[in-house]
Amino acid sequence: MMNWEIRVLMTVLFVVLAPFLGGLLDGIDRVITARMQGRKGPGILQPFYDLFKLMNKQLLAVNRIQILMLLSYLVFVILTGMLFFGGFDLLLCFFSLSTAAMFVILASTSTHSPYNSIGSERELMQMMAYEPAVLLTAVGFYLSTGTFKVYEIFNTSVPAIVKAPGFFIGFIFILTIKFRKSPFDISTSHHAHQEIVKGVTTEMAGLDYAMYNLAEWYENIFLYGVVGLFFACSNPWSMLWAFIAIVCVAFLMTLIDNVSARVRWELMLKLTWAITLLSAGVNLLILEFVR
Amino acid sequence: MKNIHKSPWLLHYDGSSCNGCDIEVLACTTPVYDIERFGIVNTGNPMHADIFLITGGINSQNEEVVKQIYSQMPDPKVVIAVGTCACTGGIFKECYNIKGGVDTTIPVDIYVPGCAARPESIIDGVVKGIALFQKKHEDMKKVGKVSNTMN
Ligand code: SF4
Repeated sequence: MMNWEIRVLMTVLFVVLAPFLGGLLDGIDRVITARMQGRKGPGILQPFYDLFKLMNKQLLAVNRIQILMLLSYLVFVILTGMLFFGGFDLLLCFFSLSTAAMFVILASTSTHSPYNSIGSERELMQMMAYEPAVLLTAVGFYLSTGTFKVYEIFNTSVPAIVKAPGFFIGFIFILTIKFRKSPFDISTSHHAHQEIVKGVTTEMAGLDYAMYNLAEWYENIFLYGVVGLFFACSNPWSMLWAFIAIVCVAFLMTLIDNVSARVRWELMLKLTWAITLLSAGVNLLILEFVR
Repeated sequence: MKNIHKSPWLLHYDGSSCNGCDIEVLACTTPVYDIERFGIVNTGNPMHADIFLITGGINSQNEEVVKQIYSQMPDPKVVIAVGTCACTGGIFKECYNIKGGVDTTIPVDIYVPGCAARPESIIDGVVKGIALFQKKHEDMKKVGKVSNTMN
């Protein structure tokens, strides 16, 4: 049964809470990173200080179109999350996310800066690398639960992970690209990392960059939501499993970020497609034969 | 939120230094001194930077570069000259191609002397710079100059 009240409540909660959760996760990530490197590091609230600082800086915009594109990115990412937490079609969420990603590229190319051009090219490579895995994730949910609707996936008796572990591995693998973590942070990166200066975010100053960061936090929460969805089912205890899975994945991302060096895009493409084909593809074949 | 001093992002530019000061600046980012605990991010992008930290003096080649980087940084911004070379020209002062310290080209807010400047004094200078960064922000607010200029 669809529960309209809960779905509306989840959507509102997402819009209101996701920036705080996303910022907090970012802060925890920075603290853990610092500890792994034997440093004290900044406080957990540091990403929020950064955001408010950026909002208070002068907006040195290169052109007017960039800020419009970034606003569209933010709006589409929020829309993606609303569709997801509102329990709508998973495919719709993923297409909306791809549209949002396109706006980053448009914002970046509109500046005509050489650093941005390289960044946008690489961002396109990244999209090429992760899109198959993202689409297969939706397929995996369909094959294991018989539906694309998020609220129906929630109401199944067996969580999707039981039948679709391969799709889960494929999705986790591309998360490093989506979160812009090493070894796949080739179009732009976080913390003090630099790659051809800052890739797609090079020409974003002040409010522009603040909006970009905010959108990224929304996006991260949505992606963690998908991770949780693999474990969610009608049993209330599955929520605990979903939560544990999200915490583990978040830690894994920080760990991978700290133990790996950036790779070239060719290797990224080969690795992601190989993992996607091997884990998700084999899982797909098994599901096709078994049923 | 009024306080922006908790997030000063730093851009390090090496003028015509002997690399002595640069090594000390980089030492500040290592686990021993760890300037990230002040919220500092060592960025390479002037558009993201709040503090412009220069080592070494100005010569005829990097003069334009320094001006360019300075003009690409959004307000409020703080300039810190690290090392005797950046402050006055130092031992290179008499060279035919050296103009002198950084203040011959752009306005400098904080001078950190020393040859090479020790990490402790660099951090000291940066912390002073952070306080000035906050003050400049408040002054800008008063004048109402936070308006979003497009150019
Ligand atoms: S101040 Fe001394 S150590 Fe620093 S750049 Fe100049 S000569 Fe080198």
